[in-house]
Parts: sequence; structure tokens; C-alpha cells
Amino acid sequence: MEVRRHDIVIVGGGGAGLRAAIAAGEQFPDLSIGVVSKLYPMRSHTVAAEGGAAGVIKPNDSIEQHISDVISGSDWLADQDVVEIFVNQAPRELVQLEHWGCPWSRMPDGSVAVRPFGGMKTERTWYAADKTGFHMLHTLFQTAMKYGNVVRYDENFAVQLLVHEGRCQGVAALDFRTGEVFPVVAPAVILCTGGGGRIFAFTTNAVAKTGDGMALAYRAGVPLKDMEFVQFHPTGLPDTGILITEAARGEGGILVNKDGYRYLQDYDLGKPVDVNDPEHPRKSTMELGPRDRLSQAFVKEQAKGGTIQGKFGDYVHLDLRHLGAKRIHERLPFIVELCHEYVGLDPVRDLIPVRPVVHYMMGGVHTDLDGATPLPGLYAAGECACASLNGANRLGSNSLTELLVFGARAARAAVEFGRQNSALATEALAAQAADQQRQIQERFSRRGSEPIARLRQELNEAMEVGAAIERDGEGLQQACNKVAELKARLQDLRLTDHSTTFNTELPAALELENMIDVAECVVQSALARTESRGAHQRRDFPKRDDQQFLKHSLAYRTDAEPRIEYCDVTITKWPPKERHYG
Amino acid sequence: MADENAILEVFRYQPDQKSEPTFQRYEVPFHEEWVVLDALNYIKDHLDGTLSYRWSCRMGICGSCGMMVNGDPKLTCSVFLRDYHPQVMRVEPLRGFPVIRDLVIDLDDFMNKMTEVKAWMIPKEERSIEQGEYLQSPAQLARYRQYSTCINCTLCYAACPVYGRHTEFVGPAAIALAQRYNMDSRDGGYEERAETLFDEHGVWMCTFVGDCSRVCPKNVDPAAAIQQAKVSATKDFYRSLVPWGKRRTET
Ligand SMILES: Cc1cc2nc3c(=O)[nH]c(=O)nc-3n(C[C@H](O)[C@H](O)[C@H](O)COP(=O)(O)OP(=O)(O)OC[C@H]3O[C@@H](n4cnc5c(N)ncnc54)[C@H](O)[C@@H]3O)c2cc1C
Ligand code: SF4
Ligand code: FES
Repeated sequence: MEVRRHDIVIVGGGGAGLRAAIAAGEQFPDLSIGVVSKLYPMRSHTVAAEGGAAGVIKPNDSIEQHISDVISGSDWLADQDVVEIFVNQAPRELVQLEHWGCPWSRMPDGSVAVRPFGGMKTERTWYAADKTGFHMLHTLFQTAMKYGNVVRYDENFAVQLLVHEGRCQGVAALDFRTGEVFPVVAPAVILCTGGGGRIFAFTTNAVAKTGDGMALAYRAGVPLKDMEFVQFHPTGLPDTGILITEAARGEGGILVNKDGYRYLQDYDLGKPVDVNDPEHPRKSTMELGPRDRLSQAFVKEQAKGGTIQGKFGDYVHLDLRHLGAKRIHERLPFIVELCHEYVGLDPVRDLIPVRPVVHYMMGGVHTDLDGATPLPGLYAAGECACASLNGANRLGSNSLTELLVFGARAARAAVEFGRQNSALATEALAAQAADQQRQIQERFSRRGSEPIARLRQELNEAMEVGAAIERDGEGLQQACNKVAELKARLQDLRLTDHSTTFNTELPAALELENMIDVAECVVQSALARTESRGAHQRRDFPKRDDQQFLKHSLAYRTDAEPRIEYCDVTITKWPPKERHYG
Repeated sequence: MADENAILEVFRYQPDQKSEPTFQRYEVPFHEEWVVLDALNYIKDHLDGTLSYRWSCRMGICGSCGMMVNGDPKLTCSVFLRDYHPQVMRVEPLRGFPVIRDLVIDLDDFMNKMTEVKAWMIPKEERSIEQGEYLQSPAQLARYRQYSTCINCTLCYAACPVYGRHTEFVGPAAIALAQRYNMDSRDGGYEERAETLFDEHGVWMCTFVGDCSRVCPKNVDPAAAIQQAKVSATKDFYRSLVPWGKRRTET
């Protein structure tokens, strides 16, 4: 078995992973950087991000304002030192991307354009029409290609972190083409594996978003932080869950119930301004409130009977018609394309049916502001990480910027760590990888009785019911029980494909294992947090409880269910207040 | 609920079991709202776990799920069963590429081509972060924007008769990407890219059939990029003949 050696190994080739690779590749031409990715990097789900990336750039905006928006958006669960770093570095990163060629939309004077986004009191979201993530990812991917010291392992699946004497020194990777598991070693590893929305049935997330990196870190003893906070985006297409970007509301789109009434005004999100009034859309109110509040308003409106019943669940309408054809085609071409292709509608003439959909995980691998995890040598960045920027609710358009800021920071910190700790226990690491190969072979040549798809579906249903927008103790307990049951049933998994050439069933099985671990952390952390904060709304504990829960949860792996501990939130200059929109 | 079935004939090739490809017939429930990819997923989940294919986003943007459907290159997450049914759907790997297994093609050649054409920004003038963004007017953006929307799905290669016979041809998407940067007001890399674009495997191999643009699911129009590159090269050639001629065509 061949050992591949690098100075750092990055797992994941999405926005975070590529930004990390370029940061290291550019600044340290003498270093070799390995990028292990189960997808070709430009297929990563960053590609699907539509609306934009936040960063203060215009004279009417300020760093302080962005910081304050993030903190109140997070329901005070963001670490304020992390928020400050993020907001300060955001504009640099976005300009850097511009220099690499990102086709940001422009103002007539040639400067970059910005648009309003939910929960932001000033417009500061940079965008490339409504394919922002696509353009950012392709720009990063194409830029990364020019660095000869970035070595890609495309379509290789990280199956285990290689840890020796308390230090993470690489990963074992499964090569899809050969079926071989081999060690990729380096004195520092950065996980950039993205989120895990696929644990739910109805999600905007691609099939690859199965929380792999979270599960790998968790099994290596690293806690997963704030996993109970799952973001439901208020506007997904029923059935497919395809996202209709918040930018549609940033441009002035409105949400109406079955009577054409802007129901958000009944849920403490401010007063509607007429769509023809130049004041519309008023920032940080109504349709531009934060996502947690909008999705919760949907549930309440549904209870009141204001939503519309459909074949794929209840929905409301997103109305863009007043924006006019020109603006819609110019600013939201992808939305036009998606509506046309997948629901046969034209947003210029038709109302768009939408409902809340699982979108993003605020929680993830516990890191500090340099992406360092408690396990020496292991770093994490992007959606798989929780540096505590987003707290209990992420504001739209902060994630794309987060990938850049923390991808780059993690890379620099990882390089530095690697310099100080360059010795590698290569033989021991290779032995671990060989052992992993044996285990995988053994597990999957057993012919069990449980099909992957069945377990996955049962998991999805349990999460959808138990860990919904509104939760309660009883429902969460049931979900916990179900997940535990599924974990046991994993032992009896049935695999039918025993080929070593591009076997796609084996990775699906590995992903299922990862999803079950991640789901267990979500429901157990949610059960333990007996308060309501941000995206975590408990019917049985409807109030925020700063006394007990102004804290991050940390889920640690044990042989039974995870052990939940708590650590403090860093509060510097912005003491907790009531959140106020409208 | 579906009360009728749709029929797919799927290309199977498992080199570690059989050396010859075969077609396998599957029946899946017919749903109005199902895309062809949904049918493949149904097969994978319920009928035959050994079928291999690529997909990820299911919203026509990641570029993974290209296959031949009844002889035409398609993104299988963007074409519907109802577009074919009750016709049988014959699903094959994208034409013109080596097959790794079943519907999975080998992309190495395409990935190398993206690197060969230097599909990245080579700035005309350096600028520090402190100096802020390069100014670029909406009109300047519009000149290359369309080429920048290529999702690397390689449907255009599957459609290209030239690539089908000569895989040395740089091919539509890679040329479109090179043009994407050539046409960008911030870029100065035309000459560097010209080495690959205008060598014997470059734009001149194109016989202008235009199938690439016809099948492109994102309206990138790679055929236009190829034509445009040819024109700029021709201008360069004539200019190089006259002593006062400028080497580089302003793009
Ligand atoms: C539809 C949609 C629209 C969005 N729009 C916006 C927006 O407008 N603005 C915004 O700020 N945010 C948006 N978001 C959120 C944002 O896009 C994501 O949070 C972000 O792109 C995640 O990037 P990432 O680099 O962390 O992960 P990804 O882009 O998901 O990349 C993960 C990478 O890890 C690799 N990987 C995973 N597991 C393994 C493994 N086991 N082995 C090897 N490799 C592995 C994958 O191959 C992939 O390369 C949106 C999200 C969605 C779903
Ligand atoms: S040019 Fe069109 S068909 Fe060709 S790879 Fe790009 S998006 Fe696909
Ligand atoms: S699955 Fe992403 S383009 Fe079809």
C-alpha cells in the first residue's frame, strides 16, 4: 500500500477546501498540499449557492453594523471575537476573489454591486447574479489549478482520520476507481467536508452532504458543537426542495398566504411597506427578517390555516411579479430557469409555491477562531466546522464568506502547526489504513438483510418529524430512540455490489453510518437544550434561558449515546438583548 | 400514485466481472414530476444496488449527471420521464469518453484540458487587495459572462463529432473557458493561452458543426467562443504580417 505524503491534507474541495488549498499553495510554494475529495471539486455543493456573500464594502455600511447584525441574528450564541475577525476579514477575501476573476455583478460605475439580505440592516451582499456559489466555486477551482503544489485526489472518500499518539497525521482514503484504501499523511489535516442536511428528508442539500467530516472528527474524540441548530430556509420548492434564494426577497419579492395576505406582519416582523413604495423592501423586517423567524412564522400560519394544501405538503406563495421581467431576468436568471424547468412556472407571471426546507447546519466540528479543533493537528473550516460564527441562526450570505475567511485562516494555522510538528509515524499510520481496508471489506462482504435505502428513509422520516422547526421533549426522545435503533440495525446492512471498480454502494453505506452519527448528535443535543433560541424552538420550553443556556453544547462520542457538555459563549462588547425585527 | 411503469434500458459495464458491456432493462413507476435521474435512483435504491452513475445537486448546476438518453447528451436531473414515456429510455454513458463502469466516464482528459488552456485569471495589471476591486462595467462583464456559466458537464464533448474522432482536440468547453478569460477586461493572458488554443489541436480542428451549442444545457454557446477565438487569431496573423501591426488583438 502506497503512502502519500504531504505537508497538509485538506479533506473536501468545496469553497472552504479550495480556499484553504490556495492559501497554502500560494503563500508556501515549497509545501505540498493534498486535497482529498469524494466529488470533483467543482461538483461540491458550494456550486448551488445562489444569493450572495456578505462583506462590508460600501460607504453607507460599517463593520460595527455587520457585527451587530450577526450577533443578534445568532440569538447571542455567536462567539463575538470570532464575529469580529470574520467581519473584518470578509471584505478582503471578497476582493481577493474578485482579483481571481469572480464575475461579481456590477454597478454602472464598475464597482461591485451589493443587495439586501435577511437580517442585515444594510445591503452588503455581493452577488454574481443568482449563481454566486457557482461562480465562487469555479473561480476558486480554476485558480487552484494553477498551483502545481496542490495535488488533488478527486473521487477519493476519506474513511478515517489517522491519529497517532494524540496527533492527527492524515486520513485513510478510499479510491473509487480501484476500491483501495490508502493513507494520505501530513502533520496537519483540515476537514472541509460541508454540511449534513441529507439526514433530513426534505432539504436543499445535495446527495453528498452527509456530514462525513463531522462523523470522522466525532469518532476521533472531537466534540460536535451546537448540533441542535439546524437552519430551515423559508423558501424551498415543494417536492424537490430546490432552493428559491433569499435574494428573491432581497430584490423585493413578498410572501403571501392563501388569501394573498402578507402574513409575516402577524408574527412580530414589522409592518409591510407597499411593494411600489421606494422604501420597499425595508431591511431586516418582514420578508427580510432572519430565516429562523420566517420559517417559524410559516409553522404558525399553517396552524392558523393560512397555508395552501398541496400534493407535497403545505405551502405559501412567493410573489415576484411586481419586480417586472427585466429585473427578474437580470438579477434572478437561475430562479427563472429553476422555476421553468422544475415546476413549469414563470416568476414574471406566476406565483411560486414555497415551503420551509432544511438548508444548513449551524453546528459542526468544534474549532477555535483559527479552525483548530481540540485534537492537535486537526483543523476544520466551512459548513462542517463550528467556529461559532453563526450561533443559533446563520444570516443568509454569511456562509459563503465564512468559507473564504476560515478556509484561509485554517490553512495558515495548519501550515504553522505542521512546521512545528513535522515528524510522522508513517508505519503506524499505514497500518491503520490497512486495518481500515480490512474492516471495510469485512463489514461489507457480510450479507445482511437491511437495504441502505430503507435505513436512510427511516432516518430521514424520524428527523423530519422529531427535529422539525418546532420540537418538543417527547418528539425528540422518540427521534433519539429511533436513531439508536437504526444504529443497531446498521450491523445488518445489506450490500449487493462487491465490485472494486467505482462501487457507489459502498460509499453510500459509509455515508449512512456518518449520517446516523450526526443525526444522533442533533437530536440528543436538541433534547438536552431545554430552551428556545434561534433555530431551536421547543414547544415545551418556549423562552430563551440565558441563565442556563447562554452556552455552546458539545456532543462527545461514547459507546452509547453522545455525552452532552457545555462551554461558554465569548461575549465581548455586545451583552445579550431581546432580538428585534421590524 | 403511479399506476403505470416507465421502462429504461441501461448500459451496464463492470470490467472486473465482464469484459463486454450489456444493456439491462428496468421498470420503474412513472411519475409526472420525476426526472430521469429519479428513475436511476429508484433503480439503485429498490431494484439493483450495483448500478453506478454520478450525481450530486439534482438541480442542474453541479454538472455530474450527464448521460446519453436515447442518443442525446442530457443532464439526467433536468430531463423528465414524461419527455420520453411511453417510449423506452435508453441510458448510456456520455459518448466519446472511456467508460470506467456502467454510466461513469473517465474525465481525466477533460480535466487536463482545463489546465492546458490556463482557464484562470492572468491579470493584465497586478493590483493589491488594499487597492480594492478592479472596475468592470456591466457591459464589460456581459462580454464574457455567458462563457463563465459553463458547468463542466462535458455534454458538448459527447456531441462533438471532432472530439469523437480525435480526442486531442481541445474541445468546446475548454475553449469556451479560455475565451471566458480572454474576453475579461481584467485579464492579460491571451498570448499564454494562444499557445494551446491555436496549436494543431486547438480551434482550427473545429469544423463548425455547432452540436456543442445545441446540446449545452446552460446556453454557454461554446461554438460562438470557438468562432470568436478563430477570428481573433486570424486578425493577429494578418497584423503580424505588417510591420506596424500589433501582436495582440484587443479583446
Ligand atoms: C442551495 C443552497 C444555496 C445556498 N446559498 C447560499 C448563499 O447564497 N449564500 C451563503 O452564504 N450560503 C449559501 N448556502 C450555504 C453555503 O453554500 C454552504 O454552507 C457552503 O457552500 C458549504 O461549503 P463547504 O466548502 O463547507 O462544503 P461543500 O461545498 O459542500 O463541499 C464539501 C466538500 O467535501 C467533500 N467531501 C465531503 N465528504 C467527504 C469525504 N468523506 N471524503 C472526501 N471528501 C469529502 C466533497 O466532495 C466536497 O468537495 C447555500 C446552500 C445551499 C444548499
Ligand atoms: S459548454 Fe455547455 S455543454 Fe459544454 S461543458 Fe460547459 S455547460 Fe456543459
Ligand atoms: S445532479 Fe447536478 S447537474 Fe444533475
